[in-house]
Amino acid sequence: MELLTDLAIILAKVIGLTFMVVLPLVPISVYFERRFSAIIQDRVGPNRVGIPLTLFGAKKDYHLFGLVQPMADGLKLFLKEDFTPNYVRKSFYWLAPALTVIPSLVTVCVVPFGSSITIGGEEHKLVIADLDVGPLFVFAVSSLTVYGITLAGWSSNSKYPFVGGVRSTAQMISYEIALGLSIIPLLLYYGDLNLSSIVQHQADHGWLLLPFWGNDSGPPLVEKLVFLVPALIAFVIFTTSIFAETNRMPFDLPECETELVGGYHTEYSSMKFAMFFMGEYAAMVIGSALIVTLFLGGWSIGFGLDAAISDLAFGGLIHMGVFMTKLIAFILFFILVRWTVPRFRYDQLMRLGWVVFFEAALINVFLAAFVIAAPDLGWISTIVGLVLLAIVTGALIWVLKTSDPKHSPNSGLLGQN
Amino acid sequence: MPLPLFWFFALLMLVGGLAVIILRNPVAAALSMVASFVGLAGLFIGLDAYLVGIIQILVYAGAIMVLFLFIIMLLDLKTEQKRAPRAVPVVGGLGIVLAFTIQLIGVLGHVPGRESEPLDLVAAAANQSGGIQDKLKEGRLPDVNLVGDLMFTQYNLPLQIIAVLLLVATVGVVVLSKRQSA
Repeated sequence: MELLTDLAIILAKVIGLTFMVVLPLVPISVYFERRFSAIIQDRVGPNRVGIPLTLFGAKKDYHLFGLVQPMADGLKLFLKEDFTPNYVRKSFYWLAPALTVIPSLVTVCVVPFGSSITIGGEEHKLVIADLDVGPLFVFAVSSLTVYGITLAGWSSNSKYPFVGGVRSTAQMISYEIALGLSIIPLLLYYGDLNLSSIVQHQADHGWLLLPFWGNDSGPPLVEKLVFLVPALIAFVIFTTSIFAETNRMPFDLPECETELVGGYHTEYSSMKFAMFFMGEYAAMVIGSALIVTLFLGGWSIGFGLDAAISDLAFGGLIHMGVFMTKLIAFILFFILVRWTVPRFRYDQLMRLGWVVFFEAALINVFLAAFVIAAPDLGWISTIVGLVLLAIVTGALIWVLKTSDPKHSPNSGLLGQN
Repeated sequence: MPLPLFWFFALLMLVGGLAVIILRNPVAAALSMVASFVGLAGLFIGLDAYLVGIIQILVYAGAIMVLFLFIIMLLDLKTEQKRAPRAVPVVGGLGIVLAFTIQLIGVLGHVPGRESEPLDLVAAAANQSGGIQDKLKEGRLPDVNLVGDLMFTQYNLPLQIIAVLLLVATVGVVVLSKRQSA
């Protein structure tokens, strides 16, 4: 009996959080994307699709700012002809879209959406699986997304999709390294890999990037302010790498339409195309959720109000609302970047990943460890450590400058230009 | 770990492993290997070894097999699919499988058939300190912290030797690839 209730709770969480919170965010972010890009480009955007009451004889339609547009988009994709070209490798061609969506949705299970709600005297955390390896789990499962894109490119058996798939593979593997290295400072700081504990820590002691409340306990404010330096570096590297991981502009080289038609999904139509689309947006939602959770306090409302809210029976729902607000704000940031920053060239992308971010993240690990250890070190060790770190950083920058392809002759495209 | 889940992941692993050998298409074989790794990771997680399971997926399924697949796709192997299996390797392979099965049966014959007792986490907390102790007292197994603790205290020298080895290998690869292109 107990097993059955446990199972029911887990199923309720899976269905509630994955299919009723994250999945609807996908069409909503598509709508935001269209409206927001319209605002940026001084257009109107889709503002007409509403409830078509005139169909039933009424005088006026309700437009609702075009909010029904995502449903119309979805309906269009459902009703289109699902065309399978006869030269594709069938089984892989069918497998690929599923392999892009499923990992993105599986990663939802470690994201803490809120603190906890109390039903019938029992406390339920608003997270599907409270794993002790949270961020690693997200990285591991989302690294499987690359199979979908690679297989899509290869199984289409045509040139442009293949190039798109190859680009995507190389890009995702490269940026996974920067992604993994950039959060090591945070793990040093939190001393925990459990995302719920990380958010709880931020709720108690101030957010990582805004450590201005909860200063009566835990480390003093000065330490947290000094740690802002490595935290900000990590934030920039992590956020940019998430853009590359999710194949979003300015790093959407795998589906770059000026060079590759549609990239890896050129040969796909109807719902199979829509699944790639969904996978991309779901990855963006999860990426934003991870950034919010790790750097900006997750569900924490701040201003020292969290403990009081957590004591309420349904305070978790308030926290969930806060989390969703931050999440949507970040999705809007993703969209803003897409419509303002022009696309990189592929060699620039690889250079940024391997030459800049990899080294910066590595030095940042040392810097963060140094900042955390500094209060326990003497004056001499602190100064020696700082000097050593400066020397290593300077040496690395010098090596990068001298190995710059601009200075060496005959280096492919760059040299010819 | 509930028994049905064990059977599911074990079956996934075994079927994946068999498919690697049986399927003639190299890409399908590589994907079966990924499925096998995912099953193996599931089994690790069932044993409460979260870190090992996740690393299994992150490193093997998510990085190494992607590179394998990448290269197989670039080579576009066609002859592999048509080549008929030869008798000697098949017989040799079956012989090894048979030998290992006999050994496994021999080992299992000596193990007393009783269930192992669950770990007493609260009692184990007495031997630890710091964050590990706090988590053990809460009844959670902090496997990541435990692995890290061992790796950076007791096994620090082997860890650094491995790091140097990897660095040498990386430098070697760069040197070799530069020499070929020059």
